[in-house]
Amino acid sequence: MSTTSMPLAPAEIEWNLPRRGRVGMYSLIAAEAAIFTIFVVAYLFYIGKSLSGPMPRDVLSPPVFYTVCLLSSSLAIHFAGKSLRGGNVRTFGAWWLLTIILGAIFLYGTASEWHRLIDEDGLTISTNLFGTTYYSLVGLHGFHVVMGLLGLTTVMLFTFFGAVRQEHGERIEVLALYWHFVDAVWVVVFTVVYVIGR
Amino acid sequence: MSTESIAWPSTTAESRPFIDQLHEWVTTVDHKRLGILYIVYALVFLVIGGIEATVIRIQLIRPHNDFVSPQVFNRLFTMHGTTMIFFVIMPVLFGFANYLIPLMIGARDMAFPRLNAFSFWMTCFGGLLLYFSLVGANGLYGAGNAPDVGWFAYAPLTSRTFSVGHSTDFWTLALLVSGFGSIGTAINIIATVLCMRCPGMMLAKMPLFAWLNLIMAGLVILAVSPLTAAQIMLLVDRYLGGHFFDTQAGGSAVIWMHFFWVFGHPEVYILILPAFAFVSEIVPVFSRKPIFGYSVMVGATVAIGFISMSVWAHHMFTVGMSFAANTFFVISTMAIAVPTGIKIFNWLATMWGGKIEFRTPMLFCIAFLFQFLIAGLTGIMQGAAPFDWHLGSSYFVVAHFHYVIVGGILFALFGAFYYWFPKMSGKMSSETLGKLHFWLFIIGFHLTFDFMHIPGLLGMPRRIYTYEPGRGWDTWNLIVTIGVFFQAAGILVFLGNLIWSYFRGEAAGSDPWDAWTLEWSTNSPPPAYNFYSIPSVRSRRPLWDLKHPDDPDWKYE
Amino acid sequence: MQSRGSTKWHYLGSQILGCLCCTAAAFADPAPPLSPTNIFAPASTPAKSIFGLSLFVLAVTGAIFLIVFTLLLYSVVKFRKRKSDDGREPPQVYGSNQVELAWTIIPILIVVALFMATARVIASVQKQARLDNAIEVVAIGHQFWWEYRYPGLGVVTANELHVPVSDDHHPTPTFIKLLSADTDHSFWVPRLAGKTDLIPNHPNSMWIDPHEAGVYLGQCAQYCGTQHAKMLLRVYVQPRADFDRWIQEQRQPATASSAASQGQRIFETTACINCHTVEGTVANGHFGPDLTHLMSRETIAAGAAKNTPENLRQWILNPNAIKPGSLMPAMQLSDQDLDALTDYLGTLR
Repeated sequence: MSTTSMPLAPAEIEWNLPRRGRVGMYSLIAAEAAIFTIFVVAYLFYIGKSLSGPMPRDVLSPPVFYTVCLLSSSLAIHFAGKSLRGGNVRTFGAWWLLTIILGAIFLYGTASEWHRLIDEDGLTISTNLFGTTYYSLVGLHGFHVVMGLLGLTTVMLFTFFGAVRQEHGERIEVLALYWHFVDAVWVVVFTVVYVIGR
Repeated sequence: MSTESIAWPSTTAESRPFIDQLHEWVTTVDHKRLGILYIVYALVFLVIGGIEATVIRIQLIRPHNDFVSPQVFNRLFTMHGTTMIFFVIMPVLFGFANYLIPLMIGARDMAFPRLNAFSFWMTCFGGLLLYFSLVGANGLYGAGNAPDVGWFAYAPLTSRTFSVGHSTDFWTLALLVSGFGSIGTAINIIATVLCMRCPGMMLAKMPLFAWLNLIMAGLVILAVSPLTAAQIMLLVDRYLGGHFFDTQAGGSAVIWMHFFWVFGHPEVYILILPAFAFVSEIVPVFSRKPIFGYSVMVGATVAIGFISMSVWAHHMFTVGMSFAANTFFVISTMAIAVPTGIKIFNWLATMWGGKIEFRTPMLFCIAFLFQFLIAGLTGIMQGAAPFDWHLGSSYFVVAHFHYVIVGGILFALFGAFYYWFPKMSGKMSSETLGKLHFWLFIIGFHLTFDFMHIPGLLGMPRRIYTYEPGRGWDTWNLIVTIGVFFQAAGILVFLGNLIWSYFRGEAAGSDPWDAWTLEWSTNSPPPAYNFYSIPSVRSRRPLWDLKHPDDPDWKYE
Repeated sequence: MQSRGSTKWHYLGSQILGCLCCTAAAFADPAPPLSPTNIFAPASTPAKSIFGLSLFVLAVTGAIFLIVFTLLLYSVVKFRKRKSDDGREPPQVYGSNQVELAWTIIPILIVVALFMATARVIASVQKQARLDNAIEVVAIGHQFWWEYRYPGLGVVTANELHVPVSDDHHPTPTFIKLLSADTDHSFWVPRLAGKTDLIPNHPNSMWIDPHEAGVYLGQCAQYCGTQHAKMLLRVYVQPRADFDRWIQEQRQPATASSAASQGQRIFETTACINCHTVEGTVANGHFGPDLTHLMSRETIAAGAAKNTPENLRQWILNPNAIKPGSLMPAMQLSDQDLDALTDYLGTLR
C-alpha cells in the first residue's frame, strides 16, 4: 500500500537542507547574470566599431553621484535586513524607505542622462552601434532597477499596513539578494560603459 | 476555507460537472497534474511537428517536385524545428521531471508550485503564439505567415529588410515567452532537488534521474538566458532601429551566431540529459542490477555540463574563424565525447552479468544505446573541423541530429512512457501494442535516418525545397521518405495504446516492475500528497533495502 | 599452424577492412561517378586533405563502433533472462574503479590522436600562403545568384566561375575572396574544397587548385531565403590556354549589333538597366548579374535553367515560373517586345 516502513525514523537524522527561497533566488540571479553577460559582451565587442555619430568619449560623463546613491542603497537594505532580524520593524521600515528613495534617485539620474543624450547630443538607440549597445545595456539594467523597486515598494506598503514582522526576515533577505544583484550589475555596467568603453 | 483542500477526486469523480474538473486542471499547482499537462501538450505538438516533417519529406521524395511551394517549404522546416525542440521535447521532458522528481526524492511537491504553474502556462502560450503566426495577418508576402527563417534564424536574414512583415516576430516572441517558462521550471527543479529531499537522501544517495535533471536545470539557467538576450537584441533591431546585427551599420552577423549557439549547443545537452536520466533508471531495473558506477555517472554528467558550455562554435566551423578558434573548438568538441562515452560504457556494464527482461521500456532503451552510439560517432566526425567543412549544413548534419533526437531522445522517451505510464495512470499498457510500436518505429527510423547520411556525403545541402536530378541523391531521398510512414504508423499505435490502456488496461498496483526508487512505494496513481508519511532512506535503492533486508544496498555503497 | 581462433579473427579483420575500403571506394569516383558532388571524389588539394582526414576519422570511429556494437550485442544476448531462470537476482555489482579508469584513459588517447590529425589539416588549408601567380577572384553572394570579379584581370561575370587547371609542378591555384551583398550564403563545390560562408561585413577567403579540367557542380549551402535551393554553382576548370582566351573574351565590351537595335532600345528604356550591366552601353545596374557576355554561359538564373532562347524568354516573361521567389520582377512586356529583347540578349556573346 502507500505506507512505507523505512529503516530509520526521521527524528534520528540530523537533516538540514538549504532554504528554497535562497536557492531559487540564486538560480534566478544566475540566469539574469547570463543575460547581462551577453549584453556586456555585445557592448565590448562593438567598442570603436560605430561607423558614424557621437562617440562615447564625446558624450558620456560618469554618473558618479547616482552610482554612489545606488551602491549606498545596498548598504541601506543590508541595515534594513539586520533591523528586521533584530525585531525592530520601525527601523527596518526607515532603512527600507531609504533604499527605495536612493534607488529612485538613481533612476532619475539615468533618465536625465538619457534626456541630455537624446536632446542635446542626438544619440538614440538607432543612431549607431554605440547608441544601440549603450541604451540596451543601461536600459536593461534600469529595467531591473524598476522591477526591484516595484518589489521593494510592495513590501513598503505591507510594512505600512503592519503586515511585515520579524519572522519575515528570511523573505526580506531573499528580496534583498535581488537588490544586491542589481547593484552588482551596475558596478559591471559602469566599468564597461564609462571606464573601458570611453 | 473549503473542505475541498483535502477531499480528493476519486473514482466517483464522473459525478462532478465537467466545468469543475476543467477548472481544477487549469488552476492546478500540483506537480503531477502539471506534469501531465506538459506531456499532453507535447504530444499534441508532436503530431503537428510530425505532419510538418511528413509534408517536407513528400516534397523531397523526388527532384523538382511541386507538392508545396518554396515559400511554404521554408516555413515548414522552420516550424518543424522550432516546434519539435521548444514545444515537444522540452515540455515533455519538463513534464516528466515535474511529475517524478518530488516522488523520487520523497517530497510532497516541487519547491514553488505556483511558479510551476506559471512556467507551464508560459510555455503553453509560447506555442500558441508561434502557431498564431499562421493567421496573424494577411496580405504581402511574409506579412502574416509562419516564420521562414530557419529554427536558428541567422542574421541578417531576420532583419526587417529581408524578413518583411511579422512572421519573424512571432518566432522571436514565442520563444521569448516560453523561455521564461523554461527558466522558471529550471529554478524550480534546482530548488526542489537541493532543498526538498527526504531525510537520509544525501545528494550522493539520490536517484540519477534527480542528478541529471538538476544539471539539466543548471544548463537551462546558463543557456536559455543568452537566447533571451539575443532575441531582445533582435527585437531592438527590428522595432527600435537598433544595429546589433545590422551589417550595413557595421554590425556583425557572426555575433548572432555566437549568441545563438552559446544557447543552441547546451540546449541539445538540456534535451539529452533527461533522456540519459530515463535510461539510467530503466536499464538497471530490467537488468536486475544497480547502475554501474553511480559516482562516475554523476561526475561524467557534471563534466558534460561544463564542457557543453565551451563547444558552441563547432556549429560555425565554416564561418571563417581563425586557426586558433577552430582548433579550440575541435578539442573541446572531442573532449566532450569522453564523458559521454563513459556513460555508454556504464550502461553496458549495468546490463553485463544481469538478467535482462525485454519488456517494452527496455526494448526502447536498448535501441537507444545502439543508436546514441552511432549518433555520438557521427558527432565526432563533424568535430573534425575540416571534415565538417563538407558535412556541415548538409544532410549529414540533419541525419546526425535526428539520430540523436529521434534515435536517442525520443526512443528513451518512449521507454519512459511505457515505464511510468502504470504509475501515472494506475493501468498497465498493452505489451503487444508496445512491441508493435517499437518494431514499426525502429524500422521507419532506420530507413529514414540511416540513409539520410548518404545525400549529405554526396553534396546535398540542407534547407532546400527541391534538388537537381543527376546528383545521385534521388534514390536515397525516396528511401528516407518511405521510412516516415513507418514512423507515423508507430506513433499512431503508441497514441492508441496510451488511450486504450488508460481506459481498459489492467490495474498496475504500486510497483509493477519490481523497481527500487521511491515513486514505486506509493499508489498508482499517487495521491495528491504523494506519500502517507515522508519516507527516510539510507541507500540509493530504498525499496531494494526493504525487499532484501538481509542484503541492503547501504552495506555496500 | 595458427589456431582456429586467430584465423577467424584475421578473417574478420580483413573482411572489415575490405568493407571500409569498398565503402570509401564506392563513394570515391568509380566510372560512372556516383555523384558529381561526392565529397569522397576530391579533385583539388583542399578537398584531398579533407579526404585524407576523413578516412582516418572514419577508420577510428568505425573501429570504435564495431567494438562497442559487438559488446552491446553480446551483452543483450548473453545476459538475457532465460526461461529456466530461478527467480533470484543476479550478483549486484556497483562499479569498478579500474574499469572506469581504463575506459576513460583510452578515449582520451583517441581524442588526442584525432585532434592532432585534425589540427594539421586545418593549418594546411587555412594557412596556405598566396602564390604570386594565383588567380584572384572576388565572389559576392546575392539573393539568389553569384557575382564573380577578377580584379587583376578586369573581368566581371556571374554564376559560372572559370578557373585554370592547376598542375602540381607549376601550381596555379585560385584564391577566392568571399563577400556578400545581402544575407549569408555558402560556397560549396564538394569536389574542390570544403564549404566557406559568405557573410556581409565579414570577408572570408578560400582557395582551390583543381587538377583536372571539367565542370564541377555545387550550390549555396547556407539558407539565404526563398530560392536558396536554386542558387547553384558551376565551376569550369579549363586548360590554361582556354582560360586565357575566356578572359580575353570577357574583357571585351558588348558589340553593338544593328540587327538587334530594337531589342537593345527596349532593354535600355525599360527597367532592365536599373539592375543589369552591359559593358559598353548605358546599362550600369548592379543589383542583378552582369549580362555583357550572357551567351557565353550554359545556364541562366544561377543554374536553374539551361541558357536557351525559350528559357530566356520565359525567364524575362515571368521569373517566378522558373524560380518562384526570385528577386527579378516579371517585366510585363508584349510578345513582340519580348521577342526583340530575347534576340538582343542573344547577341551578347
